[in-house]
Amino acid sequence: MPVCTDSDAAFALQGVTRAFAGVRAVADVSLAFPRGRTSILIGSSGSGKSTLLRLLIGLEWPSAGMVLCDGEALRRDSLPAVRRRVGYVIQEGGLFPHLTVLGNLSLLPRHLGWSKARVSERAVELAELAHLHPDLLTRFPAELSGGQRQRVALMRALMLDPPTLLLDEPLGALDPLVRHNLQDDLREIFRRLGKTVIMVTHDMAEAAFFGTRLILMRDGRVLQDGSIEDFRNAPVDDFVREFLAAHRNLPGGSA
Amino acid sequence: MKRGLALLFAWLPLIAIVPPAASVPAAPAGGAPVVVAGSKNFTESVVLGEIARLAGRERGVQVRHRRSLGGTRILWSALARGDIDAYPEYTGTLTHELLRDLPPDGGIAVLRARLAKLGIGITDPLGFNNTYAIGMREKEAARLHIRSISDLARHPGLKLAFSNEFMNRADGWPGLKHAYHLPMDARGMDHSLAYRALASGAVDAIDLYSTDAEIAYYHLRVLKDDKHFFPRYDAVYLYRLDLEKRAPRFVAALQDLAGSIDTSQMRAMNKAVKLDGKDARSVAAGFLGVGAGRGSTRGFWRQLGRYTLEHLVLVGISLSLAILFAVPLGIFAARRRRLGQIVLGLTGILQTVPSLALFVFMIPLFGIGAKPAIAALFLYSLLPIVRNTHAGLTGIDPTLLESATALGLPPRVRLWRVELPQALRSVLAGVKIAAVINVGTATLGALIGAGGYGQPILTGIRLDDIGLIMEGAVPAALLALAMQGVFEVIEHALTPRGLRMRAQA
Repeated sequence: MPVCTDSDAAFALQGVTRAFAGVRAVADVSLAFPRGRTSILIGSSGSGKSTLLRLLIGLEWPSAGMVLCDGEALRRDSLPAVRRRVGYVIQEGGLFPHLTVLGNLSLLPRHLGWSKARVSERAVELAELAHLHPDLLTRFPAELSGGQRQRVALMRALMLDPPTLLLDEPLGALDPLVRHNLQDDLREIFRRLGKTVIMVTHDMAEAAFFGTRLILMRDGRVLQDGSIEDFRNAPVDDFVREFLAAHRNLPGGSA
Repeated sequence: MKRGLALLFAWLPLIAIVPPAASVPAAPAGGAPVVVAGSKNFTESVVLGEIARLAGRERGVQVRHRRSLGGTRILWSALARGDIDAYPEYTGTLTHELLRDLPPDGGIAVLRARLAKLGIGITDPLGFNNTYAIGMREKEAARLHIRSISDLARHPGLKLAFSNEFMNRADGWPGLKHAYHLPMDARGMDHSLAYRALASGAVDAIDLYSTDAEIAYYHLRVLKDDKHFFPRYDAVYLYRLDLEKRAPRFVAALQDLAGSIDTSQMRAMNKAVKLDGKDARSVAAGFLGVGAGRGSTRGFWRQLGRYTLEHLVLVGISLSLAILFAVPLGIFAARRRRLGQIVLGLTGILQTVPSLALFVFMIPLFGIGAKPAIAALFLYSLLPIVRNTHAGLTGIDPTLLESATALGLPPRVRLWRVELPQALRSVLAGVKIAAVINVGTATLGALIGAGGYGQPILTGIRLDDIGLIMEGAVPAALLALAMQGVFEVIEHALTPRGLRMRAQA
């Protein structure tokens, strides 16, 4: 359950519905994401978790209801400012293939008037944080491995040091070993930076690994919202129970 | 990449700026009054045009002769617009085609009065009547006992081929078919090629001009016009009446030519050019008894250089303009999906206009010469570039566009830094296609006085000279190949390195 008021939260949804051709991908959801915490949106594909994330930065627009950012309703003209306060990472990274790593990182800062020196200083700093070898800064995305590309995508999202990070299945396309390493690194980064993190995943183990707060979605609605212990100890219905059972080797203590 | 895009657009003004310095049909050098004579696209007209030029020169008037501009309509409208000042015409064409309200064979005075209202003057007849006639192979005509045009009606199986102009003129095939009740249909064919077709037996009867040199050469029987269908086609010069003030000596020179060329002289000159391979310039000079003047035998390479320059001007300017217009149009089409379909549809329709027709449509707007040709080529080059720009932009991976949006890039930055670099390859491929098509289509420019490689091709067709046709066709093909090569290099150089790599897993 929300631990803060909507005006206090980094992001909040009030009765938000998003329908596509009559089908409600998100149905009357009200949620608040408190600052400085990691929240995990989890659910099967089609549950509406990605749509919900996209609603936060105006990539989708609510059919009904309202999205608040820092207590203010999202408007079309406030979108650019909101988007610059948010770092957004998607599954395949969304890196621009015609630009080098540094080119990808510098696109927005250069537009905002950063000097080249400042950009590369920040890039080197982030490379260290994201465990990316600085030699790779001059490479093109096609020359990087999948894991390296996601590290770059994260770096790009962090260039302006935004208070909020949105991640849409950032590790979904990686093989297990790479994924495991990146999970460790990501969690460490989240901890060190203390940012508001909202991450989408369909993997319960990953959700439990990252999140203090899990939000399970089904058919566009929030089914259960709480800690992994809440889920384990007091699943709201059989679906939650099944969803938990479908994932082996859950970390944490026994029930 | 920014640098790549800048390069793409940087070379445009270069191409656009270079040509005007070497502009093809530009104003004359020096301050002397210059008169422009034109001629139609057949040997006799070219020879008469040359005679007019040399006769003017003898009187100290600088005359430029724009040869083989095209058919009657093109010359007539060029004269009306002032693109040319004079050209040889025939009285029958005037009464039956250009001024149909006039009575046929009404005499030169009637014509003169009518033309004066249009600001056009006419000389007295030059001395020969080059009327239409119908000709057959002598042997074939004898075998079928055909002596007159009336006799043709008894042989509905005969294959007729007429010059394209004859096919459509009121005093041509439609009238003839009606007057003689001829049952067969006819095909349209270039007049110069028709003789060959007749000699080879591919066709049985063609239209002739009575001064054609080939009548004797190919042993043809001229069928008797027993119903007196064909009017007189007395050769005359038409000229703009303002010449009487601007260049009175040239008008006098033209008038002095009246009555000086008889049928046998004209036929001999036609033969000299068409069958003996002599230059129209020297034949005309021989007739007037004057020197042909310098430049009568230009070196092959100099000539080729001129054609190449003219051709490059046509292609360079039209293609540059097309890029400047088509890329923004393509961007617009990709942005506004519905309006975009209309833009794509319209440019597609332009492409369906037969190229020859498109060139001629430009004449009322731009006159004759390089300008209308460039306009037509410009319109022709739009589609491939618009379509490929549109396809390049709409084909971009949507997640990339979303990434750019989510980053907070404004639309303009997104277009220049993300979308156009991604679409660049497709855009360049479109430009390449446009360039190659453009080089080929530009050969048609010669039909409306734009010069280029089409000039030797056209003259070659007129003179039935394969070698001359090759002088235009081969360089045009090589230029198209070179264009293709150049654009492939540009494409490779401008494609961002990151896009050339195959993505790794």
